[in-house]
Amino acid sequence: MTPSTADAAIHAEGLVKHFGDVKAVDGLDLTVPYGTVVGLLGPNGAGKTTTVRILATLLRADAGHATVAGIDVASKPDAVRRSIGLTGQYAAIDEYLTGRENLDMVGRLYHLPSAYVKKRADELLERFALSDAADRPAKTYSGGMRRRLDLSASLMATPAILFLDEPTTGLDPRSRLQMWEVINDLVADGTTVLLTTQYLEEADQLAQDIVVIDRGKVIAHGTSDELKTQVGGDRLEIVVTAGSELGAAAASLRAVSDGDATIDDDTRRVTAPVSGGSTVLVDAVRSLDAAGIKIDDLVLRRPTLDDVFLTLTGHAAEEVAAPAPTTGRRRGRKEA
Amino acid sequence: MASITAPTVAMQPKSRPAIGWLLHDGMVVAKRNLIQTVRVPEAIFFSLVQPVIFVLMFAYVFGGAIPIPGADPDAGAQAYREFLVPGIFGQTVAFAAASSTVGLAEDLHKGIIDRFRSLPMAPGAVLFGRTAADALRQILVLVVLSLTGLVVGWRIHNGALSAIGAYALLVLFAYTVAWVGAWVGLHMPNPETASTAGLIWIFPLTFLSNAFVPLAGMPPVIKTIAEWNPVSSLCLACRELFGNPTGEPPGGWNVWSLDHAALYTVLSCVVVIAIFSALAVRTYRRSTG
Repeated sequence: MTPSTADAAIHAEGLVKHFGDVKAVDGLDLTVPYGTVVGLLGPNGAGKTTTVRILATLLRADAGHATVAGIDVASKPDAVRRSIGLTGQYAAIDEYLTGRENLDMVGRLYHLPSAYVKKRADELLERFALSDAADRPAKTYSGGMRRRLDLSASLMATPAILFLDEPTTGLDPRSRLQMWEVINDLVADGTTVLLTTQYLEEADQLAQDIVVIDRGKVIAHGTSDELKTQVGGDRLEIVVTAGSELGAAAASLRAVSDGDATIDDDTRRVTAPVSGGSTVLVDAVRSLDAAGIKIDDLVLRRPTLDDVFLTLTGHAAEEVAAPAPTTGRRRGRKEA
Repeated sequence: MASITAPTVAMQPKSRPAIGWLLHDGMVVAKRNLIQTVRVPEAIFFSLVQPVIFVLMFAYVFGGAIPIPGADPDAGAQAYREFLVPGIFGQTVAFAAASSTVGLAEDLHKGIIDRFRSLPMAPGAVLFGRTAADALRQILVLVVLSLTGLVVGWRIHNGALSAIGAYALLVLFAYTVAWVGAWVGLHMPNPETASTAGLIWIFPLTFLSNAFVPLAGMPPVIKTIAEWNPVSSLCLACRELFGNPTGEPPGGWNVWSLDHAALYTVLSCVVVIAIFSALAVRTYRRSTG
């Protein structure tokens, strides 16, 4: 990212937010230029949601400074709200209202003219394949439909800047693909998007720039290719038949890998960073065969968030202790 | 995709003074809450069952056992029933607080408050809309309860105008406790806690009053509390306006709150609304400033 901060859609410097003893955000810097998509990648509890909530004026930072659309989020939250749309981790729609009533309500609360609200709701329902379900209570919607309705609500006022907090968490693969398509369309139209995700693949699909955060701090940023280079290409994963051969297996993979292999005793799994595509598989099989090691499974895969974390921080993503500030309890209380 | 971003008709936000937006946004939210009532009729049905059971139970079980001071001794159970029904009205509208508490806790939990907070809407509108809808819902409840009352022998004796006054007081009281309920709801960690711990205060509020029994028989400290409890003045004012037995002892009330029951009720409502609307709006806004 090249911080041309003055005209950035989103700019944050040194954001800090505590929840009791937990430092959810710890000196975070972020710049999102207009017309780009930046993916905020990190595990649960990394501070992604808290960061988005600060930028979307739902939370006040304890320290630091942030502007959205050039407006200070702390001093002029109302002006910021006019320029943004927010889609959270849970579909924030009223399940007793129909799809159309939900959009109508949000449009009116944006203080848009009635004629515009009606027209816009029709457009969005049509675009998000919700027209047939428009007059049914949202209660009857599938998870994917709820997310699409939630996203439609965020788009009622055609915001220049959109916050998408884990837009596909909990969706089935097909709905996830639909969401990706919709988000890509928005981006093609020039909407600036700050997206949070736990999935490297999702950040890869949608974002030009990826900011990796851990424990409230930025630990890496760059394009998806840059990050992958940093993380080191693909991953070769084998499961050995006998646990006693794990060490030998790791040693024999050293010949084909780019770095040290990691061993997981419980699953009898050895993972090594590799490059060079499928020829690595052949080399690995030869090497293991030469050492007389029997294997149950052999996989070549793209690096995951876990691999990114292991490489960048030395600890796995799941080990992060701090809970994500996403429950109703935190929402209702901790901010107060 | 043009259909997503290119507005096809004018989308300039309308301009209006702040108080106008508060009303506008409050009405949008109230409409939403009232639609919920229509879509979940079982919720309102079950909120009616309890007061209807109370009317029937108290009227027929305790009816003859509770003498009403000042009532015609020959009237017996009939006098108690006419005394009781406005008391049940008072108790029932006090429970309007419950739907505010639970409703707001649910909205917080489901993230819809986040949606509202991210919109450029008037900050108090979510609360004004919620409390208004909860008070309006009580009108339906009062209609059903009044019909039940008529069945057990309760009557309106002082004409339509006084009766409208009594119903207006009841709805005002519902609106008042809805604000207290809203403030409580904003502090609840989850809907489950809201629907239990969040409602505890309503029981002493309604039972430490003249809603079910005349004040005359109460022990001194309890009696003093009950005399100044706005639920008592509300029930008394309704009894007076409907022309029902009031349970006034031969020597009179001798306490300002009951000698001026309607006035004391209105004053209490105004003060409580002023305090709790300020507190609740502050709690709602605090995180965003």
